[in-house]
Amino acid sequence: MASTIRVRATSSGETTEVQALIQHPMDSGFVKDAKGEIIPPHFIQQLTFEYDGKNVFTADWGGGVSKDPYVKFAFKGAKKGDELKISWVDNKGATDTTTAKIQ
Amino acid sequence: MKLRSAIYLASAAFALAVLTLASTLPSDAADKVDPVADAKAFRKFFTDKFPKVKLEDFVNGPYSMNEDLHRQWQEKEQFPPYEFSLEMGKEMFSKPFKNGKSYADCFPNGGIGVRQNYPYFDEKEGKVITLELALNRCREANGEPPYSYVKDEMAALTAYMAFTSRGKPMDIKIPNDPRALAAYENGKEYFYTRRGQLNFSCATCHVQSPGERVRAEILAPALGIVNAMPIYRSEWSGMGTTSRRFTTCNSQIRGVPLSPQDDEYRNVEYYLSYVSNGLPISGPGARP
Repeated sequence: MASTIRVRATSSGETTEVQALIQHPMDSGFVKDAKGEIIPPHFIQQLTFEYDGKNVFTADWGGGVSKDPYVKFAFKGAKKGDELKISWVDNKGATDTTTAKIQ
Repeated sequence: MKLRSAIYLASAAFALAVLTLASTLPSDAADKVDPVADAKAFRKFFTDKFPKVKLEDFVNGPYSMNEDLHRQWQEKEQFPPYEFSLEMGKEMFSKPFKNGKSYADCFPNGGIGVRQNYPYFDEKEGKVITLELALNRCREANGEPPYSYVKDEMAALTAYMAFTSRGKPMDIKIPNDPRALAAYENGKEYFYTRRGQLNFSCATCHVQSPGERVRAEILAPALGIVNAMPIYRSEWSGMGTTSRRFTTCNSQIRGVPLSPQDDEYRNVEYYLSYVSNGLPISGPGARP
């Protein structure tokens, strides 16, 4: 299966701009389906971006974040060609990881 | 005295002449279905109403109407929300059916870059065939169950087909067949007919008020509105097809929607696509 994470990281010399799109239902647990039954909560709890063994960005998410969430941030100190590791864990224990080369 | 009555008479005669002229002219135009003139007038209406918007920009819907939205959209397009669906569509399109055939066998040019020719009028059947309908017929002809017309798989497939046709001008033809003209006319009538508890026609929002707000939404112009289909709508938090757009539009005006791909919807799509001829395909699109 294709990765659930799309990442684009571009360096402009000093800072690296990172954009990511993650495929996830992000069910809050407060919504009912067509039959009137509650859709159980299913959302990403933690999203981390790792560079050179260090966390450069961590997001603690909950059910209030939209489906297929999008993140954008920038950090200093990375070079072109370096690798960025992205991973998430959801409340059901599922996880996905990918790496992206900084362009 | 004589002069006065003469003037009186002359002006009365003139008024009568104008009256008869006025009463014959429009009814003549209304009796005759003239798609070429319709399309020209339709386009002119929008280009006159929005002189600053470039013609090919109308396909970007509300983003062509509002600068703030346009900036947000440009940012969004770097990482478009329809990407997952597009990828899924590409995968589905290339995967063969159980009988070994694939979607490519059902379409001219293997289904690549043909979006601009849909919907078309099928002279054998005497009806309008939309892309969504053609896709499901393709599935059924190959022993596969049809997909729902409104979202998910159908949206993914049409997204991929639209993507391969991006930039190609919409090219809908009306063959020389009275049934084709009748379908066009019926679609036009549906578009301009008021319905629902709110008594809105399609044109109320998309001809009369594009660029205006309906609550937080900015209304898209009808010109080129089908060129961006299917769309990822943040409001739906998912993809939707042309069928989905038509049915939800009908419910939003508190009307009772028809079933997707009913004759009327196919005819509306035919009409709307025809009057958008020449504008580029921009689907899949992303809308707020």
